[in-house]
Amino acid sequence: MIELTTASIASMWAAVPAAIQDTLLITLRILVVLVPLILAVAYLTYAERKVIGYIQNRIGPNRVGPKGLLQPFADVIKLLLKEVVIPSNANRALFVVAPLLTLTPAFAAWAVIPLFPGFVLADINAALLYVLALTSLGVYGVILAGWATNSKYAFLGAMRSAAQIVAYEIAMGFALVGVVMASGSLNLGEIIEGQRGSVLHWYWLPLLPLFMIYFISGVAETNRAPFDVAEGESEIVAGFHVEYAGVGFALFFLAEYANMILISALTAILFLGGWLSPFEGILGADNILARPGFFWFALKTSVFLFLFLWFRATFPRYRYDQIMRLGWKVFIPLTLVWIFVEGAMIAFDIGPWFD
Amino acid sequence: MFEQILFYAISAVLLVAAVGVITARNPVHGVLFLVLAFFNSAVLWLLLEAEFLAIVLVLVYVGAVMVLFLFVVMMLDINVEKMRAGFTRYAPLGILVVAIMALELGQVIWLRASGRNLSIVGSQQPDGYNNTKELGRVLYTDYVFAFELAAVILLVAIVAAITLTMRRRPGLKQQDITQQVSVKREDRVRLVKMDAEKDA
Amino acid sequence: MRIGYLYKTLFLSELRAGLGVTWRNLFRPKFTIQYPEEKTPQSPRFRGLHAQRRYPNGEERCIACKLCEAVCPALAITIESEVAADGTRRTKRYDIDLFKCIFCGFCEEACPVDAIVETRIHEYHMERRGENILTKDKLLAIGDKYEAMIAADKAADAEYR
Repeated sequence: MIELTTASIASMWAAVPAAIQDTLLITLRILVVLVPLILAVAYLTYAERKVIGYIQNRIGPNRVGPKGLLQPFADVIKLLLKEVVIPSNANRALFVVAPLLTLTPAFAAWAVIPLFPGFVLADINAALLYVLALTSLGVYGVILAGWATNSKYAFLGAMRSAAQIVAYEIAMGFALVGVVMASGSLNLGEIIEGQRGSVLHWYWLPLLPLFMIYFISGVAETNRAPFDVAEGESEIVAGFHVEYAGVGFALFFLAEYANMILISALTAILFLGGWLSPFEGILGADNILARPGFFWFALKTSVFLFLFLWFRATFPRYRYDQIMRLGWKVFIPLTLVWIFVEGAMIAFDIGPWFD
Repeated sequence: MFEQILFYAISAVLLVAAVGVITARNPVHGVLFLVLAFFNSAVLWLLLEAEFLAIVLVLVYVGAVMVLFLFVVMMLDINVEKMRAGFTRYAPLGILVVAIMALELGQVIWLRASGRNLSIVGSQQPDGYNNTKELGRVLYTDYVFAFELAAVILLVAIVAAITLTMRRRPGLKQQDITQQVSVKREDRVRLVKMDAEKDA
Repeated sequence: MRIGYLYKTLFLSELRAGLGVTWRNLFRPKFTIQYPEEKTPQSPRFRGLHAQRRYPNGEERCIACKLCEAVCPALAITIESEVAADGTRRTKRYDIDLFKCIFCGFCEEACPVDAIVETRIHEYHMERRGENILTKDKLLAIGDKYEAMIAADKAADAEYR
């Protein structure tokens, strides 16, 4: 029997080869990010049902566990135990792979998100581009699911989703160009550092139109209401995931909510200073409220997540052609104009935002 | 050592995917193989520390262009028989293109083998080297004219594509969305006051 | 007017007004009734499970006039009549198929002797095939069991008839 003391664990650890040590540590760090993320996704579904319930003067789930807090687990268990049905005319391989293709990018993008000062899984230079590239990959899952299902409704959903995501990707990219111009860096940590100062130093103020466009495009990009024509239950049943049951459906669900959290986190980082405290520069530097930390990041992300739910409870679904018009004819010109304005602001050194 | 294993593994996948593109019977599968090929070449570029190019390849080609490709290919109802029909007619042209490409590739390999240094990559970059910044610097200083020229050509192409496809057909009824969304209640609803019963 | 419209569009004023409505509703008292524990009040006219009543002396009310069978829009009622031992006209068979029944209450309205009634019972279930047929015995049993409730409901509703 080996006695488990700190010293013995340390010596055991030392006996592990260096390469494996690294791998283990990296895996551990990934788990530290992913496990809370999955939990957050689970409770986001709960929060959604509660918030929308309250807005509609209902109570929402309150039966499983105290205040219904175990509801997400009940849902997960139910979905996992259900039969996986593959339609007979479906393209089997793609049908199975599609949910994974949506989920993987949603999780992989978290590799570059700085959670609190000094903690980020991969501190790469082109982090912003990486995030943009990965979020644009998520559409493959939707398109392939729609195509592989071999059903009219799923196919229509996939087509709508593809056109919509391509349209809003551009507006989103331009909004990010504004942030990159302001901060002079593609690294998310440096972008946050560039906003240091006070609430007024954050980029939301000089980039207000871009901020709004980015978040609205984010809502469109995640196929959430009022841009959820890809699902559009009143027109095309459930869109691209009509034929998915059990685990496949659960994965789509997980991916959708993980993407929501990702977009909210990115908006918080890019426009609201990520883990910076809003009281910085107002309260003294040694005041606990003025210190940067994970709390502020989580708070800002939650605010945007609440907005997602609030929008869903408030707005009716856009008509498809109006979505396209909004993306191509309103957002893209607006972003271009504001990038020009921002260029002028940088050139004439207006405000405290640009170095 | 590890990098070499990675390189060969990814290259193998890339080659398989590239062969898949031209052999797949289903055009959608072909497009997906192409996506896989792009993705793997992006990873190869990452191994060369060209992270900006790698990510932009994923962003632009995989994320946008190939989505549109898929979009179109899924909508098409391709008649395979008809496609096959012209094979012998186009074969000579195809062989010519392949021959030229093979020649060029062979030339590069031969030059490499003879010890001439053709590229600047492969050397380890110093710490703090920022691929994106370097690319931006080169593009906007040394090659600014070429870059701007390319941009203008692309713009012309966009305008051309739009003008070619935008036809104003007479008698075509279109919705004016701006007009639709700016409609107010007064424009549509007329409240009329009238007696419940008419006087006899 | 043009400027005003532009302002309203750019600053999303109508969207914000809509968000305001939902925000206010977020804090309103909730209407939810926690069903098995709480129940909404029922009208004495509630049309639930059927029952057949008896006179206070224990005699069946139903005289097999078949008015209910005739009026039933869903053809859920089947009646066969006979002459009973005491010489009165009685039903030999009185079946209501609950799967066909649409709970319209016409049978109750049509009945000249208030024999067939619909009670306020709505929490019942069936486990086996065939249980959906309410036979005469079952109807009478329900009537006997809930006679107090049925009588009270009829009394409460009497002045409106």
